[in-house]
Amino acid sequence: MTIVAESFVLPERRGTAGRVSDFFWRHPHVLLAVLLGPPLIWLGIVYLGSLFALLLQSFFSIDEFSGLINYEFTLATYRQLLTDANLDIILRTVVMAALVTLASAVIAFPIAYFAARYARGKWKALFYLAVMLPLWSSYLVKVYAWKLILAKEGILTWFVDKLNLLWLLDAWLSLPIVGGNSLSISYTGTFIVFVYVWMPFMILPIQAALERVPATLIEASSDLGGTPAQTFRHVTFPLALPGIVAGSIFTFSLTLGDYIIPQIIGSSRLFIGQAVYAQQGTAGNIPLAAAFTVVPIVIMGAYLWMAKRMGAFDAL
Amino acid sequence: MLSEKSNRAPFGLKIAAAAGLAFMHLPILLIFLYAFTTEEKSYQFPPPGLTTQWFTTAWGRPDVWAALTLSVKVASIATAAALVLGTLCAAAVSQTRFFGRETISLLVILPIALPGIITGIALRSAFSIAEIPFSFWTIVLGHATFCIVVVYNNAVARFRRISGSLIEASMDLGADGFQTFRYVILPNIGTALLAGGMLAFALSFDEVIVTTFTAGQQSTLPIWMLEELIRPRQRPVTNVVAMVVVIVTFLPILGAYYLTRDGDQIAGAGK
Amino acid sequence: MTTAVLFDNVSRHFGAVRAVDRVDLEIAEGEFFAMLGPSGSGKTTCLRLMAGFEQPTGGHIEIFGETAEGVPPYRRSVNTVFQDYALFPHLSILENVAYGLMVKGVGREERRKAAEDALAMVKLPGYGGRRPGQLSGGQRQRVALARALVNKPKVLLLDEPLGALDLKLREQMQEELKSLQKSLGITFVFVTHDQGEALSMADRLAVFNEGRIQQLGTPEEVYTRPKTRFVADFVGSSNVLTAKLCRTLGLNASFASLRPEAVAIAPPMNGALSLSGTVASRSFLGATNRIVVEVEGARIAVASPATRGAPAIGSPVTLSFAAHDLHPMEDA
Repeated sequence: MTIVAESFVLPERRGTAGRVSDFFWRHPHVLLAVLLGPPLIWLGIVYLGSLFALLLQSFFSIDEFSGLINYEFTLATYRQLLTDANLDIILRTVVMAALVTLASAVIAFPIAYFAARYARGKWKALFYLAVMLPLWSSYLVKVYAWKLILAKEGILTWFVDKLNLLWLLDAWLSLPIVGGNSLSISYTGTFIVFVYVWMPFMILPIQAALERVPATLIEASSDLGGTPAQTFRHVTFPLALPGIVAGSIFTFSLTLGDYIIPQIIGSSRLFIGQAVYAQQGTAGNIPLAAAFTVVPIVIMGAYLWMAKRMGAFDAL
Repeated sequence: MLSEKSNRAPFGLKIAAAAGLAFMHLPILLIFLYAFTTEEKSYQFPPPGLTTQWFTTAWGRPDVWAALTLSVKVASIATAAALVLGTLCAAAVSQTRFFGRETISLLVILPIALPGIITGIALRSAFSIAEIPFSFWTIVLGHATFCIVVVYNNAVARFRRISGSLIEASMDLGADGFQTFRYVILPNIGTALLAGGMLAFALSFDEVIVTTFTAGQQSTLPIWMLEELIRPRQRPVTNVVAMVVVIVTFLPILGAYYLTRDGDQIAGAGK
Repeated sequence: MTTAVLFDNVSRHFGAVRAVDRVDLEIAEGEFFAMLGPSGSGKTTCLRLMAGFEQPTGGHIEIFGETAEGVPPYRRSVNTVFQDYALFPHLSILENVAYGLMVKGVGREERRKAAEDALAMVKLPGYGGRRPGQLSGGQRQRVALARALVNKPKVLLLDEPLGALDLKLREQMQEELKSLQKSLGITFVFVTHDQGEALSMADRLAVFNEGRIQQLGTPEEVYTRPKTRFVADFVGSSNVLTAKLCRTLGLNASFASLRPEAVAIAPPMNGALSLSGTVASRSFLGATNRIVVEVEGARIAVASPATRGAPAIGSPVTLSFAAHDLHPMEDA
C-alpha cells in the first residue's frame, strides 16, 4: 500500500481549501458566525427590524388635518383602537377564530384517529398524501372553489333543491347574524370557507399525538369494562388533547389574520385583517393599522403561553 | 396484542373519516369541472355544456402569461435564497452548540407563525421608511422570508438523522471540512434540500397575502386571481388558471413526498 | 521502546464538569491498551483527545513524539472504529473502506485494490458491492475496522467496538482483534466498560473514575492487587474489608481487598490468617460455589470449588487465607 504514514502528523492539504478548512477547524466560532450570519442578518435584522418598526408606529399618531404621521410618543392610537366599533371587529374575529377552531377539531379528529389507529402500509401513505395535497394546494383556488359552490346558481343550491330542502336553506338565511341574502354573503359562508381552508392544519398534529398513544392503552380501557364512549372521554381524548391544541395554534392564528376570505365570501362587516388592510391602504392611518396588528400578536402570545403550559409543543 | 376485532374500524368512524376527506377534496375537483363549462357569465351548476375552448383562450392571454412568468421567476429566486439561508441555519443549529439555539428556531418559524398580514404590512412600512421602491426584488425578499422555514425544517430533520459520528468519521479518515461537506453531508441531505426547495417553490408560487403588500404595480398569478375573485371579469379564463395552479402546486408536493418518504418508512418500520 | 501516546497532566473540562482531570498516561508502540471505566468516567473523552475531536483544556499530549494539540483530526495518522460504526450509508462497502484513501488523493485503481485487501483481511472478501444497510452488526463492525486499518494508522482507537454484538460474536471478535493487532503491530487503544473484555484483551489497562485514572497496570496487577476501593468494586468482585476487620487481622489500613478465590473454608495452615463467622447464603455456580459468610457484621464472599461441597446456611465456619492475598488499599 502507498499510504504509510512516516509521522503522526499528516502533510497539509495543498491549496486554499486546505488552509481555509484548517482555519475554520481552529476557529469554530468563526465558522459558526459564517453559517449563522446570513440568516441572522435576514431574519433578525430585516424581518424583526421591520416588525419592530411597525410596532413602534403604533405609538405615533396621525395628524387629522394634514393626514401625516406625527412622530411623537402617544397612546392616542390605542385609545382609538379601543372604541366600540373597533372592539366589535376584534370580538367578531376572535369568536369566529374560536368557532373555526372548534369545528376544525371536530372534523379533523375522525380522520386523524383513523389514520393513526387503523391505516397501515400503503393506506397510511395514501392517507398522508390525501391530507397533504389539500393542505398545500393553492389558498386562492380553494377560496375560489367555494365561491363557485356557494353562488346562488351554484352546486349547493342545486343540490339542496334536488333534496327539496330549499325551504330549510331559506329559513337558515333568514336567521339574524348567521343569515344573509345568500350563503356567499353571510357569516355562515365565511365560517364554512375558513373551516375548509384551515382544517387540514389540524389533522397531522392530532395524528401525531394519537400515534404516541399505545393501542394497548385503549384496549386496556375496554378490557376494564369501559364503553367506547367512556374510553374516548377518559383515555383517547385527554391523550389527543396536546395534538388538538397544537393544531388549534394554526387554525386560530390563521383565522385571526386573514383578510381575503371575509372580503370575498361574507358580509360587509369587517374582521381584524380587513381593518388593518383598510387602515394602512385607503385610510392611510399606519399607526392605527399597526395598533390593530398588535391585537393578534397579543392574543397569539397568550394562546401560545397557554398551549405551552398544556404541553402542546411536544405534539408539534 | 391486537385482537381481530380492534383492527377493524367502527362503521361510524369510517363514515366520519370518509366524509371529512370528501369535504377536503370535492371542492378542488369541482375546479376541474368548471374549467370545461360553456357558461361564461355565471357559476351555474350543472354546467349547461362542456368545451375545451377556454384553454385556447387562456393560452392566448398575455396578462396571464405575464403573471405566470413573474410568479415562476419570484418563486425560483425566493427558493434559491431560502435554500441557502435555511441550510446554513439548519447546519448551525444541528451541528454546533451555542447560546440561544432555541431562539433561532423560533425566529425562523415566526414569519409563518404570525398571520401573513403582519409580515406583509411590517415589510411594506419598512420599505417605505427606508424609501425602497416596490419592485421584483421586494416581492422576492418577502417570499424568501417565509420560505426559509420550509427548507430549514426539512434540513434540520435530515441533519438529525445523520448520526453525529458520520461527520467525525469522515474527518477521522482524513477529509477536511470541505471534503466532508462534499462527500458526506451533501449526499445525505441532498434529497431533503430538494424536497424543501420544492415545498418552498409551491409556497411562494401560491402566496398572495404578503405579496399584496410588497408588490406595487406588478401582479403575480395569485394577485391576478385575487383581482378576478373580487371583481370577476373573465370567469372562464379564471377557471382554467385555477385548474393549472392546482396542477402546478401538486407536482412539487408529490415530488417532495417521494423524496422524503424513505425516512418515514424507516421510522414506521420500527413500530 | 518508543512511546506511542503520552498524556502529561491532561485535563478536559466542560464548564464545571471535569470530564478528564490531570491524567498522566504513557502507551508504548505496539501495545494493546484498554481504558476501562463506567460511563462518564472520562475514558471516551481521553479517546477523543487522541483522535483530535476534543482539545485539552490543560496539559500536553504527544503522539509518537509530536505535539498533538492544534492538529485537526484529519491530519492525524490516527483512526477510529466508532461505537455505532458510523459507516457512510450512501456509499458502498468498497467506497466506505476506500474513503480515507480517496480524500488523500490515491488513484482509483490503487485504492480499490487496497480496499479489497483490507476487506479480505477482516474476512469479508467480495462484500465490496453491498451497502451498509445490507450487512449484519458483526459484518458492519468488520467493515469499520477495515476502513480504519486501510489507512495504516500509527494508532488505532476503538470506542466500545463490541458493545452492540451478542455474547458469542463478541468472544469471537475479541480473539480476532487480538490476533490482528499482534500481526499488524499497530498500537490499539480500546475503550470499554466491560471489565472481562479489558482483562482478557489488553496488554495493559487504565481504570478510570470521575475523570481520573484510578489504577494503571497489567490485567493481572489490576485484578489481584486493586489499588483503590473503586477498582476492587469495579474490576471483578473483590471483598472489601473495612478498617475494623483489618485491625482484627493485625493490618493497619483503612481498607483492604481480598479475592473470593483466595479464601478457603478450612482451619488456617501455618502462617495463614483466619476469620470466623456464619454462612449467610450459598449459590451453585457450576465449577464453584459462591458462599457468603458473615464476619463481625461484614460479609465476605468465598469462591469454593464445587467438589468440596458447601456448608449449610447458619453453620459456623472458619475462613483462612494467605497474608499476601490481603492487599491494603487507598481510601478512594
